Amino acid sequence: MSTILAVLVDGVIYASWLFIIAAGLTIVYGVMRILNMAHGSLYALGAYAAASLAGAWLRAGFAPVGSYAMLVAAAVVVGLVVGPLIERGLLRHLYGRDEVVLVLVTYALFLILEDAVKLVWGVESYFITEPYGLLGTVELGPLSYPVYSGALVVAALVVGVALRFGIYGTRYGKLLIAVIHDREVSAALGINVNRVYLVTFALGTTLAALGGALTAPTVSVVPGMGVEVIVLAFAVVVIGGLGSMPGAALGALIVGLVRSAAVHFFPQVELFSIYLVMALVLAFRPRGLFVAAEARKI
Amino acid sequence: MNGFRRTGLGLAIALGGLAAAAPFLPQWALFLVVISLAKGLAALGLLLLMRTGLVSFGQGLYFATGAYAAGVAANSLGVGDAALMVLGGGAAAALVAALLGLLLARYRAIFFAMLSLAFSMILYGILVKSPALGSTDGFNVSPKTALGVSLSTGPGRYGIYSLAALGAFACALAVDRYLRSYLGRLAPAVRDNELRVEYMGASVRNVVHLNLIIAGALAGVGGAITALAVGHVDPEMAYWTTSGEFVFVAILSGTSSVAAPFAGALVLEALRSFAYEHAPNSWQLVMGAAMLAVILFLPDGLWSVFRRRRRTAT
Amino acid sequence: MSAILEAAGLTKTFGAVTAAANISVSIEEDTVVGLIGGNGAGKTTFLNLVTGYLKPTAGTVRFSGRDITGMAPRRITRLGICRSFQIPQVFDSLTTFENLLMGLGIVFMGRSAFVGSHLGDASPEEVAEEMLERFRLEEYRDEPASVLPEGVRKLLDIAMAMAVKPRILLLDEPTSGVSADEKFALMDLVLGAIRADKVTVLFVEHDMDIVRRYTQRILAFYDGKVIADGDSASVLADAEVRRLVVGEGGPEGAPC
Repeated sequence: MSTILAVLVDGVIYASWLFIIAAGLTIVYGVMRILNMAHGSLYALGAYAAASLAGAWLRAGFAPVGSYAMLVAAAVVVGLVVGPLIERGLLRHLYGRDEVVLVLVTYALFLILEDAVKLVWGVESYFITEPYGLLGTVELGPLSYPVYSGALVVAALVVGVALRFGIYGTRYGKLLIAVIHDREVSAALGINVNRVYLVTFALGTTLAALGGALTAPTVSVVPGMGVEVIVLAFAVVVIGGLGSMPGAALGALIVGLVRSAAVHFFPQVELFSIYLVMALVLAFRPRGLFVAAEARKI
Repeated sequence: MNGFRRTGLGLAIALGGLAAAAPFLPQWALFLVVISLAKGLAALGLLLLMRTGLVSFGQGLYFATGAYAAGVAANSLGVGDAALMVLGGGAAAALVAALLGLLLARYRAIFFAMLSLAFSMILYGILVKSPALGSTDGFNVSPKTALGVSLSTGPGRYGIYSLAALGAFACALAVDRYLRSYLGRLAPAVRDNELRVEYMGASVRNVVHLNLIIAGALAGVGGAITALAVGHVDPEMAYWTTSGEFVFVAILSGTSSVAAPFAGALVLEALRSFAYEHAPNSWQLVMGAAMLAVILFLPDGLWSVFRRRRRTAT
Repeated sequence: MSAILEAAGLTKTFGAVTAAANISVSIEEDTVVGLIGGNGAGKTTFLNLVTGYLKPTAGTVRFSGRDITGMAPRRITRLGICRSFQIPQVFDSLTTFENLLMGLGIVFMGRSAFVGSHLGDASPEEVAEEMLERFRLEEYRDEPASVLPEGVRKLLDIAMAMAVKPRILLLDEPTSGVSADEKFALMDLVLGAIRADKVTVLFVEHDMDIVRRYTQRILAFYDGKVIADGDSASVLADAEVRRLVVGEGGPEGAPC
């Protein structure tokens, strides 16, 4: 039975990580109709920035507990700097184009960012393990887990709640919903759609970077770390339904548990189990499990 | 001279050029040409799909299928002739495309791209965890003959090269002929207005399915040729970034001519080898920038891919 | 004359909305029928139900006695029922000639599946050239459909509907978007091109002058039902029709 517990706990931890990453991807699609293939590169950027910032903090001798804030701060910096840069500098010129064109544009962006990271940080690995080890481990029955993983789960919950409140509870969130439903009508109502796009993309970038920043202490930060992440994120948002936040949460949970079960019971299917679920969901629910509000224009 | 004859002549001249240049090219250049032709085949498949209004991020699936099929034919089925391996690779890929097409043909736009990507990642996952197929390491492939001519001596040293050149020539010619036929011309019609196609009595689903099979077969042939040229197959061939490369070649080459993907692939492979040497950390950046430039500024026939009206027939 | 098209109890509901309510009509061969009614009255829904674009919630459609209820548009086309659309459905990136050729090519490929075809011994290209002439589209032969003026797109849409030799031709607002002085010319052209083949024509139209001039019979729709069905003169004189359909907005149809 400890295996079942392990599957569940591992699954939830993995799902939390996935949710933070996928949330940004799905919200950008929902509002802007852009499926951002460079999302994984933004994740990597967050990891690198976190490694640098938190690394510098720790090397300067400041309190290690501050390094956590540094991780988050790094993500925010990436989100507020790189996000608007990409949105204003590139995406702005392509609104109204076919969705597939935008996917191709973000693919080109992915290529560019992969090298940009190498040019800025070089190709060696970075490590920023203190925040991870600092929290120690906790016993869950017969299993032992790093407390950091629990922090990750908490972070995912915070992100989920904040997004839910932000979108459904604030006035600005209502503008977001309006634009998701129909950008033309929103613009006609006087909503500054361009500003909404900017904010949305910055938010999406921040979330991707946050995923990377929080992951940085658990892995070696290397070039190409975003390459696998992007397809996982795709699987999550496609399963959950493009543009749906609850869908992203459900998708993350499904993918997390499936992968966890695979790792424990059928390791040989671990890698493709996720994409198999994605294909199966698409086969039976072509638009994913939750179809986000879409104005049907007949 | 009509369009098909013109293209045929152009392709024949290119083939002649490849043949004539062969004795003067160093080994690495021969290899470069073969790899370019193989990638060009996968991109040619994409050209067909783009003319049908679809962008696939999963050509790697068929590429890998063709490669592994060729390899398995060599190592387990005792097939020694490279030509047979290539044909086998193409056939295996076509079969997979026919099966998957039953589902894939119902999807369009982003969902088509994502589903095709998902399928290729499924294959990747299967290959990585298959010890019988070498897992992450893959396995080696060594053909003995090409079209009956032994590969180890004399003119046989150009065996794979000749096979690739002939194969690319034949496929390009066939695709061109197909695109000019009534059936092939349904592709841009489907892209432009599916509703109208159905209301004129043709099946959109069948057209898409057929084109998926052809595109898959082309990628399979390309994969098999690659396996023979490199002498090795590995799961990376099915990874999404491989598919991305083919998309990249297709976008940059444009969809206006069947020769374009090959020319594009050649230019890109040449640039890439050069870049690997001198700027290993910026060639992807350059590629990405070039792709953006094409998308933003080049209004050629390529863009008709995206001028489709999404009216699916009920 | 035998009924070539029969609808019995044809109904279509979308949730609480009833787009078509219990429509029963019987159309004879070789007649020109006008379908009139305000927007949302059910005319286009009727066309959609007959041509397979929509599946009826209840009721049947018979074509020369054969049940075609709920059949796919593709099959219905092959049986010889063709339609044109309110918004012209053409292939924007192809030239006018290529647009015409597309349908002919399809018929050429699937000869045995198509009940009627113009092809005979001629090649699709030859017939396409002939259709260009017949529909006076020669000057637009090599222009991409995307740049054609609206009236020409309409004509092309109708011409494409006739690539298959139809026994029933359904036209959805053939003269909408066409300038007033060209409407009659267009209808003369279209009806003239098919009269010899004894084609049954049903067309949706808001312009009462067109309806008066070209139809032998009229079906008046209101609120998803057929409120009048008979020869043109009587229907147009009918008090209910005058009140609900023709209205006071003059010859252009009910102001909706």
